Amino acid sequence: MNTNLQFDQIRLPPECDTLRQEARAFLAEEIAKGTFDPHRPGHGDAHDRAFSKRIGAKGWIGMTWPKKYGGHERSFLERYVVTEEFRVANAPVRSHFVADRQSGPILLKYAPEHIKANILPRICRGELCFVIGMSEPGSGSDLFAAKTKATKVDKGWLINGSKIWTSNADVADYMIALFRTSPPTNENRRHGLTQFLVDMKARGIKVNPIYQMSGEHDFNEVVFEDVFVPDDHVLGEIDGAWKQATSELAYERSGPERFLETFYLMLELIRSVGSEPDIRCAEGLGRLVAQLHTLRRMSVAVAGMLQSGKEPVVEAAIVKDLGTIWEQRLPNRVRELTAFLAPEIANRVTLEEQLAFATTIAPKLTIQGGTTEILRGIIARGLGLR
Amino acid sequence: MTGESDHIVAELAARIFADLGDPKTINRLDDGAWKTPFWRALSDAGLPLAWVPEQLGGAGASLADGFATLGVAGRFAVAVPLAETLIAGWLLMRTGLEAPNGPMTIAPSRPSDRIIFGKDATLSGRAIGVPFASEAQNIALLAQGEAGIVVALVSTSDCVIDESQNLAGDPSNAVRFERVKPLRYARAPSGFDHAALMLMGSVSRSVQTAGALESVLSLTVSYANERVAFQRPIGKFQAVQQNLARLAGETAAALAVSGSAANTIAESDGFDQTTFLEAASAKIRCVEAATEGASIAHQVFGAIGFTKEHVLHRFTLRMLAWREDFGSESYWAAELGRHVAQRGAEEFWPMVAAR
Repeated sequence: MNTNLQFDQIRLPPECDTLRQEARAFLAEEIAKGTFDPHRPGHGDAHDRAFSKRIGAKGWIGMTWPKKYGGHERSFLERYVVTEEFRVANAPVRSHFVADRQSGPILLKYAPEHIKANILPRICRGELCFVIGMSEPGSGSDLFAAKTKATKVDKGWLINGSKIWTSNADVADYMIALFRTSPPTNENRRHGLTQFLVDMKARGIKVNPIYQMSGEHDFNEVVFEDVFVPDDHVLGEIDGAWKQATSELAYERSGPERFLETFYLMLELIRSVGSEPDIRCAEGLGRLVAQLHTLRRMSVAVAGMLQSGKEPVVEAAIVKDLGTIWEQRLPNRVRELTAFLAPEIANRVTLEEQLAFATTIAPKLTIQGGTTEILRGIIARGLGLR
Repeated sequence: MTGESDHIVAELAARIFADLGDPKTINRLDDGAWKTPFWRALSDAGLPLAWVPEQLGGAGASLADGFATLGVAGRFAVAVPLAETLIAGWLLMRTGLEAPNGPMTIAPSRPSDRIIFGKDATLSGRAIGVPFASEAQNIALLAQGEAGIVVALVSTSDCVIDESQNLAGDPSNAVRFERVKPLRYARAPSGFDHAALMLMGSVSRSVQTAGALESVLSLTVSYANERVAFQRPIGKFQAVQQNLARLAGETAAALAVSGSAANTIAESDGFDQTTFLEAASAKIRCVEAATEGASIAHQVFGAIGFTKEHVLHRFTLRMLAWREDFGSESYWAAELGRHVAQRGAEEFWPMVAAR
C-alpha cells in the first residue's frame, strides 16, 4: 500500500515569463490576421498546417527534444507554458499536437537513427501530422484485446484489420499503432502486441470518416488491407509493447490540455456576469476559479516533477481524472450561473453558441486518452488496491 | 515545501505528535489530561512560537517550516491550539510585539467580526468561533482604531468567553471584549488588514485539512484492504476502488493547492493579488475536498467509522469543523468571484498563470 501523494511546489522559472510573453504576442498577431477566432471554438480550420509551420518556425514544436533532431532542448516547463497559452487562446494545434506530445517522444526512444533523423526535424517544422492507432471496433479501453494483425513477411510486416476513433487520420502523415504480432499467452494476456510506425500514404490503407454528434468530423475508421510496413518501422520490442506504454503516459495525462478544453466558457462567464455580479454568480464563479487554479497548480507540479526526472504516474492520472471531469461539467455550470441574467446581455449570442458547442463535445473529454474508469483503476492500483 | 530544514522541523513535530498526541491513544482517553505534557513538549521544541523571531521570544523558524509542521499536525488531527498560537505569534511579530509563552489564539477568526480599538486604548466588540479561546492564555487580535488598524495582545482572563464547541468537540468560543485593556499593542504595518489575517488563517486551515485528508486516505485504504466481505477484501470491489480513487483525487487537490498557497505566502512579503488567489482558492478547494473526502471515507468504513470508539472521526469531524474558520468556502468564493468579475475577462488568464 502506498497512499503518499506528492506535488512538489515549483515556481515557473524566469525564462518561462519571457516565453509566455512571446507566445501571447504571436497569438495576438495571428488572431489579428484572422488565422482563428478565440471566441468561436469549432469554427475555422482546426487543421491549419500553415499555422503549424509558423509555430514550428518559432521553435515551439519539439521544444524539449535534442537539437540534432531539430528540437530546442528547452525544459518541460517551457513547453508547458507554450501549451497552455495556445489552449487558452483556442488556437488550432490539431495538426501537430499529437506528434509534439507523444509520437515524437516515442520515436526518440524507440525508432532507429535514420528514421529519427528523417522524421523528427519535420515534426519540429510543423510539417507532419501524427495519429494514434489504439482503439479497434472490438477493443477500446481494453487495449490488449487488439486484433489487427501484423504478419511477418520478407523485410517487413503485412497489416490487416482496422483501427477506429482515430482522430485526424484523414489528414495524417503517420500513425503510431499497436498491432498483434503473436497471440496472448496464458500467463500474460498483454503479450503479443508490437508498436509500429505506419506511413499513412502506404498502399492498402483506407480512411472512412465518422461524424460526431456535434456535426464535427474528427474521428475516422482506418482499414488496413495487406499494408506493408518495413522492419525498421518496428518501434521497440516485438510482442513487448505493453512494457513501453506506462512511462510516457504521465506526460500525456497531466498537461494543461486536460482541463482547458472548455476554458473559453470561463471567459464568457466573466463577460456575462459583468463587473458587479450578484452573490449567486459571484460565488459560483469563485468556486470555478478556485477549482481551475487548483488543477493548474497540480498540473504544473507534475510537469516540474517530470522535469526533475520523477515518475508521478498516480498524480498524473489524478490530474486527468479531476481535470477532464471539471472541463466536462463546466458547460452546465456556466449555463446554470447565467440562467437569471438579462436576456439582452451583450455577449448572449457568443455565450449560447459556445455553450451549444461545448455541450456537444463534452462527453468525449472523459473518454479520450483513457476513460475515467480506467484512470481510477490506475489510481487504485497505485494505492495498492490491485 | 521540500527544503532540508522543513523536514527537520516537521520531523521533530511528527515525533512529538506520535509520542504524546497519537490520535488512537487520545481517542481512548476520557479527559484532556494528555494536553498538558503534550503542550509542554511542543513548547520545549519551540514549535508554537516557530514564526516569532528569537529577539521577540520565538524560535525564528521560516514560514515554510511552520506550514510543514501544520501539515503534520493535520495528519495527527492535533487538538491543541498549535496552529492558532503560530498565527498569533506571526500576527504579533508583524508589528514587532513580543510573544508570550503559553497557548494563544487569534481574533477575529470570522470575516464578519470586528473589534474596535477605542480612544481610551481599550478593546470592545465580539468575535465568534474563536478556536481554543477557552484553553488559551492570551489572544492576539486585530482591531479597528480611528487612526488605523491595531494589533493587540490581551489576556483571556480579561474577556468573557462562552463554552461553545465545534463539530469535533474542540473549543470554538464566542468572545466578548468589554473595554479590555490590552497587555500591549501596536499599529499594524500599512497594507496589513483584516483580510490578510483571514487569508493567513485560511491557508493554515487548508494545510491542516490536506494533512488530515492524507491520514483519512491512508486509514481508509488500509481498512479496505483488510475488511473482508463476500469472501474478498472490500478494496477488491471496483465500486469501492472508484470511491477510493476519488478520495485520492480530493486529497491530491487539497495537498497541491494548500502547498501552493503556503509556498506563495512563504515566498512573498505582502498580500497581493496572487496571494489572494492562492489563499482563497486553497480554502475553497480544501473545504470541498474535506466535505467530499469525509463522506467517501465514512462510506467505505460503514458503521464502525461513525462510532466514538473508532479514530476516523478525529480526522473527519475536525476537517469539517475547520471549514468555518477564517471564512468558509462560500465566503471566499464570493470574494474571489467578485474580484475576478471586477478585473474582467481579459485579466483573468494572466492572473491564473502568474506563477
